[in-house]
Amino acid sequence: MRAGFPASASWSSTDPCILVYPSPFAYYAPANLDEALALLARLPEGKVLAGGQSLIPLMSLGLARPAALVDVNDLPGLASVTEANGHLTIGAMIRHHALETSPAIQRRCPLLAEAASLIGNIRVRHRGTLGGSLAHADPAAELPLVAVAMGAALEIRGEGGVREVAAEEFFRGYLLTDLAPGEMVTGMRISAFPPTMGYGLVELVRRAGDFAIVAACALVDMDGAGRCRHVSLALGGVGPQPLRMRRAEALLTDRTFTDRLIEEAADAVPDEVSPESDIHASATYRRAMARVMARRALVMARTRAGNTPDRSR
Amino acid sequence: MEIAPRDVGEHVRLHFVLNGRPVDTWVAPHETLLAVLRDTLGATEVKYGCGEGVCGTCTILLDGAPINACLMLGVQVRGREVTTVKGLGTEGDLHPLQRAFVAQEAAQCGFCTPGMLLVAHAFLCEHPHPTRAEIRSAIAGNLCRCTGYTRIIDAIAACVGLREGSRGTCPPLTGTGPKGGTV
Repeated sequence: MRAGFPASASWSSTDPCILVYPSPFAYYAPANLDEALALLARLPEGKVLAGGQSLIPLMSLGLARPAALVDVNDLPGLASVTEANGHLTIGAMIRHHALETSPAIQRRCPLLAEAASLIGNIRVRHRGTLGGSLAHADPAAELPLVAVAMGAALEIRGEGGVREVAAEEFFRGYLLTDLAPGEMVTGMRISAFPPTMGYGLVELVRRAGDFAIVAACALVDMDGAGRCRHVSLALGGVGPQPLRMRRAEALLTDRTFTDRLIEEAADAVPDEVSPESDIHASATYRRAMARVMARRALVMARTRAGNTPDRSR
Repeated sequence: MEIAPRDVGEHVRLHFVLNGRPVDTWVAPHETLLAVLRDTLGATEVKYGCGEGVCGTCTILLDGAPINACLMLGVQVRGREVTTVKGLGTEGDLHPLQRAFVAQEAAQCGFCTPGMLLVAHAFLCEHPHPTRAEIRSAIAGNLCRCTGYTRIIDAIAACVGLREGSRGTCPPLTGTGPKGGTV
């Protein structure tokens, strides 16, 4: 008998030396997307294994016990970045480290590169994927937050075909998405940033790489007079999914982006979030910090926007 | 590749390269790469710390890129190159980073050291001239409970100058060369 590790079922919670490993599962590594979708259609208990940086910890801790895994790491063609008609289409299997370092993304959507650089640690970024992070839908994660802030469209495929859903509609609640059984995220489409677009992404974290207690992301584009012609503000960690701050956005739209106006917009934020208390922070603290993070993100976005009077490009 | 429900737990053949040497072994799909390396192949230089990707003690290089061995399945390294700290240098022929760790006394209990070395190696390959702050940020995901990090950072910083004249490539690994990202 070959030496091997026993299934985690044989480890009891009272064992003084607990090593956590996943329980056994059926395993499929399809060679192309059609095969993967066919497998997902006939395996209702199956889960997609992308980078595994969230799913495998959940399985090791016994919080998820999928009967079958469909490993999509070998699928060709899902890790590309293409630009056409002012849009970037990014494959779901692109890894965070590639988002962080891709020249096309740094140039055309620097917010996404910056968001990827804040994820976990270097090892997680080399393995974790865009599609995996979106489908996992942690409400405090970076990529769902910026996807909502950018108004991204997610490409979803099942055996029946392809559909697109707006990021804001995709995230339905804590770790809950619009994905139906048999479907997987295959890509994300975003508008390339005009050169004048300013962006800000700020996180309240205790340690580098942690999930944010509160995160805020702002996009601001202004005309030559400093008037706001596009603004988007989204917050993470303060509700069951990333939330757009519609009231704050309405206050800012078509107005001149003064410090005072930013304060007014930030004041509208606490009433639009629905945080919960956990071991990291109370709901009251999160609500208070939501205002602070929103203001900082807006200020940062304004500073980076191309048409502010004090910034020539 | 397929392990159907009736075969769950069955072992499958796995070929990959470990520290420059071909490996031919059998693994069950639910075994993590960490379990395969430590328990099947005896590569106990790869440490089990947290088991959930946070602590960095199980860091290995997969085709040159640092990853968590605890968050990857053994079957997923089919045909690929895995480097542990033993692939970095050997006793008597230490890698410059390892020599710097010794010279700077950058290890106390030593449990984090293999992961620190591999992350530092991958980082220096990608960032030829880091600042001290960049080094700190590079090892932010590798926990050390003894040293307070200062000497680890000193040791990595001491290697930055060594790479002058080598045209921006990190001192090579034994047996297997860094190949950059996995994408």
